[in-house]
Amino acid sequence: MFKVRVIPCLDVKDGRVVKGVNFVNLRDAGDPVEAAIAYDAAGADELCFLDITASHEKRDTIYDVVTRTAEACFMPLTVGGGVRTVDDIRKLLTCGADKVSINTAAVDRRAFVKEAAEKFGDQCIVVAIDAKKVSKPGEKDRWEIFTFGGRKQTGIDAIEYAREVVSLGAGEILLTSMDRDGTKSGYDIPLTRAIADAIPVPVIASGGVGTLAHMVDGIRDGHATAVLAASIFHFGEHSVREAKVYMDKAGLPMRLDP
Amino acid sequence: MSVAIVDYGSGNLHSAAKAFERAARESGHDQPIVVTSDPGQVARADRVVLPGVGAFADCRRGLDDIPGMIEALEQTVRQRGRPFFGICVGMQLMADVGREHGVTPGLGWIPGEVDRIAPSDPNLKIPHMGWNTLNMLKPHPLLTDIPLGPDGLHAYFVHSYELKAAQRSDLVAQANYGGPLTAIVGRDNMVGTQFHPEKSQKLGLKLIANFLKWAP
Repeated sequence: MFKVRVIPCLDVKDGRVVKGVNFVNLRDAGDPVEAAIAYDAAGADELCFLDITASHEKRDTIYDVVTRTAEACFMPLTVGGGVRTVDDIRKLLTCGADKVSINTAAVDRRAFVKEAAEKFGDQCIVVAIDAKKVSKPGEKDRWEIFTFGGRKQTGIDAIEYAREVVSLGAGEILLTSMDRDGTKSGYDIPLTRAIADAIPVPVIASGGVGTLAHMVDGIRDGHATAVLAASIFHFGEHSVREAKVYMDKAGLPMRLDP
Repeated sequence: MSVAIVDYGSGNLHSAAKAFERAARESGHDQPIVVTSDPGQVARADRVVLPGVGAFADCRRGLDDIPGMIEALEQTVRQRGRPFFGICVGMQLMADVGREHGVTPGLGWIPGEVDRIAPSDPNLKIPHMGWNTLNMLKPHPLLTDIPLGPDGLHAYFVHSYELKAAQRSDLVAQANYGGPLTAIVGRDNMVGTQFHPEKSQKLGLKLIANFLKWAP
């Protein structure tokens, strides 16, 4: 039977793990490879690294992290953050990433998604969508794509954009609600559901997990096929296995291999 | 003794090589694992692994672009009968023909075609991406000591196409995704998995270890 995926996400800066609240106040929380090994052992279904290294000189640190992770963990790994060229993708895949997530580069130039998918296959091209609600209370729900960590409004409708990148070859959508990210108030369920129901490829719900029940909501009500979370796991509030057992008890199909 | 992992420009050989090295070390069947694009090395290998990520047509082109590689594979696997393991598109290439991005000939080792998956439930997403259990159709040495069935271990899949084998006797295991999907094919000294053993944690490492001691 096909199972729901639980994906811990590690924000990595200069080769170290960090997690911010609404992308500010970053905290250092250790070696990404050690964290990856721990998540592997805890039964994570995939792992996601988001590279938020700003300085150009330190961009190569992520390749080392990915290489060392792939040597130690035999689980699927998605890497995103600053992926702008076909060569960036090739390097990450060569180091051992299975999927690469593209964000701003796809907003800036949609053809990049097509080039990447044609080169490496749809299955390894994830498009990360950062969306924020722009409709007023009482209006029909509408979300737009935001870039620069939620600061820059693009005017692009999130649902139309999701349909477009999928038609260009995105094999999966990593959907983050910028309204919810870091708030611990749960995924934006109407957003998740609107996107998941609009496209044929899997959607990973992201942004806002505060409780294990939120993860159930993301799948059951948001129609996502996978849930991504960071701080709830990363600061030890819950283990990945606890989350999966909880979701299993809630009636979702979970992989609980020993 | 050596295991050749064929490098023909189809990404992610690093994880495959590391998984084979670890399985070799931990299972007590330690043997050199070589990632190679040299047909000579493939021809001399005792075991051959053909990985593959991407589209069928691109992978076939990648193999064709290395002079002598198809011949080396034919010689080692088909004539000398060395154990062969195809992974994902590497497994699909064993078929007669692929229908992804046009019609492309495969190696023709397992009668059948590679075509788009079509789950009966329209709500199921494509690609089939994630963890699924395996249902065994016939016993195979590679499945020794691996718990299968609905309560068994899981394998990691990422694909939109599957090998539809013409002969049921070539099917070793299936996964269920809105209907049965080909998960493992096997014939004589050849085996192929649609899923990624190098990403399938316990099940994957055990399967690889079983391959490394397989004497068909």
